[in-house]
Order: sequence, then structure tokens, then C-alpha cells
Amino acid sequence: MRRYGFPVAPEQVSGFMQAVTLLGPRSMADIHEAALATLAPPPDRRDEFEAHFQSYFYGNTTAVVEGEADEETRIKDDGGTSDEESEVTRQAEGGELSSGAELLSARDFQRDGDGLAAFRRQLATALPARRSFRTVRTHARGKLDLRRSLREIVSADGDIPSPLLRRRQTVPRKLLLLIDVSGSMKLHTSDYLKLAHAAVQGADRAEIFAFGTRLTRITTALRIRDRDQALARVAAQVDDWDGGTRMGPTLLAFLSVPRFSAFARGAAVVILSDALERGDHAELEMAMRRLSARAFRLSLATPLAGDPRFQPATAALRAILPVLDDLIDGSSIAGLTDFILSLARPAPAAAAIWKRVS
Amino acid sequence: MPKRSAETVATSPEAVASRLAASRYLADESLATAIFLAIRLGKPLLLEGAPGVGKTEAAKAIAEVLGRDLVRLQCYEGIDAAHALYEWNYQRQLLAIRHAGEHEVDIYDDRFLIARPLLQVLKAPEKRVLLVDEIDRSDHEFEALLLEFLSEFQISIPERGTIRAKSQPIVILTSNRTRELAEALRRRCVYHWITYPDAEREAAIIMLRAGDAAEATARAVASAVRDIRARPLAKPPGIAEAVEWANAATILEKGGSPWPEAFRRAIGVLIKDEEDLSYIAPELGRIVEEALA
Repeated sequence: MRRYGFPVAPEQVSGFMQAVTLLGPRSMADIHEAALATLAPPPDRRDEFEAHFQSYFYGNTTAVVEGEADEETRIKDDGGTSDEESEVTRQAEGGELSSGAELLSARDFQRDGDGLAAFRRQLATALPARRSFRTVRTHARGKLDLRRSLREIVSADGDIPSPLLRRRQTVPRKLLLLIDVSGSMKLHTSDYLKLAHAAVQGADRAEIFAFGTRLTRITTALRIRDRDQALARVAAQVDDWDGGTRMGPTLLAFLSVPRFSAFARGAAVVILSDALERGDHAELEMAMRRLSARAFRLSLATPLAGDPRFQPATAALRAILPVLDDLIDGSSIAGLTDFILSLARPAPAAAAIWKRVS
Repeated sequence: MPKRSAETVATSPEAVASRLAASRYLADESLATAIFLAIRLGKPLLLEGAPGVGKTEAAKAIAEVLGRDLVRLQCYEGIDAAHALYEWNYQRQLLAIRHAGEHEVDIYDDRFLIARPLLQVLKAPEKRVLLVDEIDRSDHEFEALLLEFLSEFQISIPERGTIRAKSQPIVILTSNRTRELAEALRRRCVYHWITYPDAEREAAIIMLRAGDAAEATARAVASAVRDIRARPLAKPPGIAEAVEWANAATILEKGGSPWPEAFRRAIGVLIKDEEDLSYIAPELGRIVEEALA
């Protein structure tokens, strides 16, 4: 198991042996149950675990790792897996990745100079904050810290010293970036991913997803410090570069996974997309409304707004404008970094601004 | 509630399953095995799964089977030692100091100590089952604190020394997986991922829990709910909602609504999100009719 990147601790091995002894074992099913309970494979790698189990205990080498059944929008989540493991999965999945409806291709990124280092440094303090349940010591404006005060009183033999106070801590909100990697955004995805890398490196809790026809969580890949390495990993992980967009269904898929929709709760959500939705926009509208209800602030950065003649005139944009907090120009890194650094400052809602302009 | 020792309850996974069933909790073979192993190996049981699959209910059923009280520690972001372990009653301590005057008073006496869930369990491991609910909501600091507790089953109170459990308490942790738990925590636990039950088991659960629902109703509800869960809803209905739906539809039917109509009118107890409702509404009739067929 360890060879395939499953972290199995010695105590888990002894736990497994004890479990097998306790269960009898009366059949292979018992050994299987014992392995599941004690070796605790993560749910998203369960299929892979099953394949290894089959091949080890039954000598069934044809048991391959199969992907999820073909859904309309597949979600890829690496959930902190290792290199070796993702290699194995990729080989096994090879054939099913391409289909007539989707255009899949790989891409690589080159280094160039930009102001992202400064952005990374400023981000940690610039994000909007909220009050946590944790408390910190303070000298003014707080509640009495009875625990420490009593200690002081006892050690000072009953004298009451100046009151010691605690106050609820403020913590930065999460930052959630949803990056459109479809064909119409081709010119900008490379910039956006560099920005996302800086965000993951700079913020305490940033989550990044890439979406086109599918949704891919790329936060773990972007945690690698070296930008080239991180982006190379992302390039290998995302399957649907420069394809079409199914923004509505993809966002709905994102929201229907409790683990992911929890990322959006109370977070500053920035969608980097031109929002050129194909076909019906009812799903997009519903997804945006739900996102907006969860998020602290929902922003859409579209490169189209770089053109001074831009108006949110498409049916999809008109429909989602009322739920957007910001609709901004996403055509340059500099503009985007400035915007993200200003998220903590209040601004009029997008609908108010664009109505005035149009 | 008769108190039973853990060993007499957990003689085999089948015995665990049948005892749980007697407490109105239907566990599949895999969950029964995990519970059996957790009790016999003396390890905490970590249950993960989507909201509404019955993780907390499982803990309640285990406590009932063992005839012990359930001590529940609900986790939230920012929960800390004072909420989970113990706290001193400062007001009483201050009063005691004032009353004592010139006399000595031990302000770290038991009467000033407020035992929070973890300490309560350590003091009486034979009488309690500890449920650490939604551990994924707490932050990493608290997870680390819990790790220490779970590996040693002891708590250090600076003024009092270390309190250690005389026997291994039974601990159940649940998580909705809104964040990854530390590998170290998973390692220390017996792990089980609870999925939604298959239609047959869910029908059996509905029969067991919904007082008046007929078997045909239970089957139809189980099948329809399965269909509904497969859609991208903001809040997919859990088992409890399915039970409520069967109940509500039965009541409406007794009040004079014919079958498919009763199901449709009771949909509000199954789906509690306005947008999910409008999303599912156009197809609801077909789903219910197929389930009733």
C-alpha cells in the first residue's frame, strides 16, 4: 500500500492484524472489512484501494482503477495525493479522458516578470476579516479574563490588580478563486494561474478550482512553492484546457459537494471568467444565486470589461448581475491584484455601478 | 436502560448489528464490523459521510445498546480546551476566597471544577459514550488537542495533576468532510465511510422509524428519494427527511388526499431549500409515479 502512496502507519498494521484475528477470519470479506476499517483509505481513493486489495489478495491483476461513471460534469479532486499515485491513475484513466464533445489538451507555462511577489506579501493582511470564536489578550476593549485574573489575585494574596482582558480574535476570510480555463479565456488562463499560485502562497486559506467543461480542484498542486513546478502540475491535472464552458452545471456540481460548498461559506469568492455561457442560462443563474447566498462577497472578473465599450448585455450576464457584488475588469494581472487586495473595502453592488454606466 | 459490558455486546459483527437493530438502528455489515472492531480494539470510531446518512444516530444507538449515557461534544470553529475539557467556576472561587477570610481555602477543589464533555467521560468511562460531533468544523489546534486525548485518554490540569481514565472509553467521532482531517487522527481511529443506504435498507429504516407508514409507502419513498438524491441539489435529503416524508404523506393520505398527490403535497418536509424545490418541481410528478409503480 505504501508503494502506491497510501500512508499506512505501523500501528495501523498491527491494528489490521488484530482486527483480522478478532473477526475470525471466516472469509475474505472479513479481511476486506478489517482493511477498510483499520487502514482507513480516503473516500476519494477508495476505488484505487479496492484495485490494490483485489490484486494483492486475489491475484487479480486485471482489476484496474476505474474512474467515476461518466457524468455530465466530472469533479476532480486530488485531495492531497502524491505524485506516484496520480501517475498510476492517469495511466489507467487514459482512454476515457477524451470524448467527442470535449477538446482536451496539455499546456505548459513560461516564466515572466510581474508584480505578484508584492501581491503575495500583502494578501495575508489585505483580505476581509471576520471575528473568530477564539479570544486573544488585549489591553483595552475586551471582556474580563477571569481565568488569568484569578491567578493574579491568588498570587497577589487577594489584591485585585488592574483587570486583564480578552477579546475575540479577527481572522482573515477564505479566498475562493474559480478560474475559467475554456477556449475563450485562452489568453488569460496562464496569468490567472500565476495569480492563483501567488494567492495560495500568500493567503492562509485559499482554495482554487479550474473549470471548463469539468471542475478540477488545483489548490494542492499550487501549494508547491516553486511556481514553475506548481503550474506544471496544474497543467497535468486539468484535462479540459481550451475547451468549452459549462459554467452553470459546473458551478452546480461544485455546490452539490458539501465539502466544496463549505469552502464558499463566508468566503470572498472571485470567478475569473467571461461568463459566455452556451445555451440556457437558468442553471448559471441558480448556481450564482446559491453561491452569492453562501459567500461573503461574490465577484466576477471578466477580461471583456477591459474594453471601454463593454456592457453586461448578454442574457446570462444580465440575469446574474443582481446577485453579483462586483463585476470588474479581469484583463490584467495588475488590475486583478489591486481588486483582490481591496476586497475588504466596501463598494457599491455591481448592479448599481453598471446601471449607471449603461 | 440495562447496562451491558462492551465485551458482551460485541461478540461478533452480527451480534452488534442485531443489537443495533433492536435499538431501531439498521447498520449494514460493514458498519457493524467497524463498530465491533472499535469496541474490541479499544480505539475511537471515526464515521465520515454526507450530511444526513445517520452518523450521529449511530452514536446514539451504540450508547443505547451499551446502556450508557451519551456525552456529546459539538465542535465548531474556535472550540477550545475550556469548552471541551474543563473550566473553573471563577465566581464561586472568588466568593470562597472572600468567605474564607483568614482561613485556608483550596480554590482548586472539585466543587469549583466544571467538567466539560471530555473530562466527564474520563471520570466515568464505564458509564458514558463520547460523541465528538462534526470534528471537521473545529480548527487544527483543537484537532491536535483531541489527538492527545485520544491516544492517552488522559487530561492534565495544571493545578490538579493528570486525570487518567481507568478503562478505555468508547469514543465516536463524526465528520462531514468539509475539510481534510489530520492523517494522525485517522490513523488512531477505526474508520468507516457511511453511504446512503440502498433502497431496500432505506425502506426498512423508514418502516422502523415512521410510525404508521405502510410497507408500500416506505418502498416508494425510498425509491423516489434515491432518484432525487442523484440530482445536483444544494441540500440532498437525508434519511431523517425521507422518514418525515413517508410520515407526512401517510397523514395527508388519511386526511383524504389520493396517493401521488399526497406525496407531492408533502414534499416540503423532504426538500427544505426553495431553489431545490423549484428545480425538482417539474419532474416531481414523474419521480413519484415511477416510485409508486
